Amino acid sequence: MSEPLQNSCRKLLTDGTVQVVIGYVKSPVDSDPAIPGFITKPEDCQRLQWNDLCDLNLVTYLSRPEIKKLGKAAIVVKGCDLRALAVLLRESQVSRENLYIIGMACAGQRSSAAAAENNDAASGTLATPYKCTVCDAHQPDAKLCDEVIGADSVKNEPVEESTRYARLTEFLKKTPEERFAFWKRELSRCIRCYACRQVCPLCYCNRCIADRNRPQEISTSATLKGNVAWNITRAFHLAGRCVGCGQCSSACPMGIDLQLLNLTMAKAAEDNFGGYRAGVTELDPVIGTYSVEDKEGFIG
Amino acid sequence: MSEEVSKEFEPKVVAYVCNWCTYLGADLAGTNRLEYPTNVRIIRLPCTGRIDFNLIVKAFENGADSVLVSGCHPGDCHYNAGNYHARRRWMLFRELLATLGLDMDRIHFTWISAAEGRKFQQVVTEITEKTRALGPYTKYREICEV
Repeated sequence: MSEPLQNSCRKLLTDGTVQVVIGYVKSPVDSDPAIPGFITKPEDCQRLQWNDLCDLNLVTYLSRPEIKKLGKAAIVVKGCDLRALAVLLRESQVSRENLYIIGMACAGQRSSAAAAENNDAASGTLATPYKCTVCDAHQPDAKLCDEVIGADSVKNEPVEESTRYARLTEFLKKTPEERFAFWKRELSRCIRCYACRQVCPLCYCNRCIADRNRPQEISTSATLKGNVAWNITRAFHLAGRCVGCGQCSSACPMGIDLQLLNLTMAKAAEDNFGGYRAGVTELDPVIGTYSVEDKEGFIG
Repeated sequence: MSEEVSKEFEPKVVAYVCNWCTYLGADLAGTNRLEYPTNVRIIRLPCTGRIDFNLIVKAFENGADSVLVSGCHPGDCHYNAGNYHARRRWMLFRELLATLGLDMDRIHFTWISAAEGRKFQQVVTEITEKTRALGPYTKYREICEV
């Protein structure tokens, strides 16, 4: 399916509709997952590719000032990435008229990070990421796209809520002590490289609270104290916003299961606020709004 | 000399309260000469809507054994909706803490109005006694040691 994408992007750049195409290009290592590419010349469009090695969520680049400077952008998105873009649009971080969205029908991806998580020789160096196993966005939402490529190749099947959160439900069967011990082990490995923050399409604050030192809210050294505080902050700032693209877990060099915390917040939002799903439902955002009907059984 | 000093555990309770209701409730408890445990450290903030969840984490980091967050009853907020916004955040934040395996018996949320001096006394007494029974929160303190 690379060819229709290349043709379409070539046309966009030639007629000046957009100044840059943000897409996937082949990695220098043949079998490796695709890397992000920023194509500004029509003749370079042949470098664009589309296959099952395009796990990256390119939406994260849209809110970067250096990319904004390039002019109007066309962006290649999968159904799941488009949800992150929908949240960005709702939060007024990108303007729709300054964007050309190319939605790709996607049958599922393979990534090296997922293979590392599985830690299983049978899956080789590439494996299916968690998000693809519970995907209900094979087909991007055509309403939001300017163009959809491969529209008839795959179909969206609804996935039950219980399936989407099965991993979390399983984890919550542990006792609080076991959970605390688990996170102590996981988060003690954190080296505070902030790759999770950098890769997240929805972590776009110019000055992150973790970098603020007057007053310092979160200890900056890579010890458990600061690691726990940082990861609580990261997860909570994504409450009702995380779309589950899983890039944080993939980017984490220490292989910390960050997605599990995000799933918690996503499930809490869905359960408590009328089935709210970030980037999917068109309800008001969870944080920044309220209802007098909100449950308060836990408040004395 | 050191043997004479009581080794009995005295819980530290940090209370984040709003300026307009719970703080005045505590004030009323004081002017009415209602006795309540001195274990509680009251920190006054403009509104429950201001109470960042980081403050709760910070309290535990700095050795709190329990945290109380309290403000105006729904509908009574001085700023109309601050407590509604706070309530939403608490709902989500509690779930996150539960996944992390924190001790949910050490985090308390209440509404206490400026007229409820007696409720303030009761809540603080209850929390202190409950925390005394639970013992020091060493689990969290351990992770804060370098």
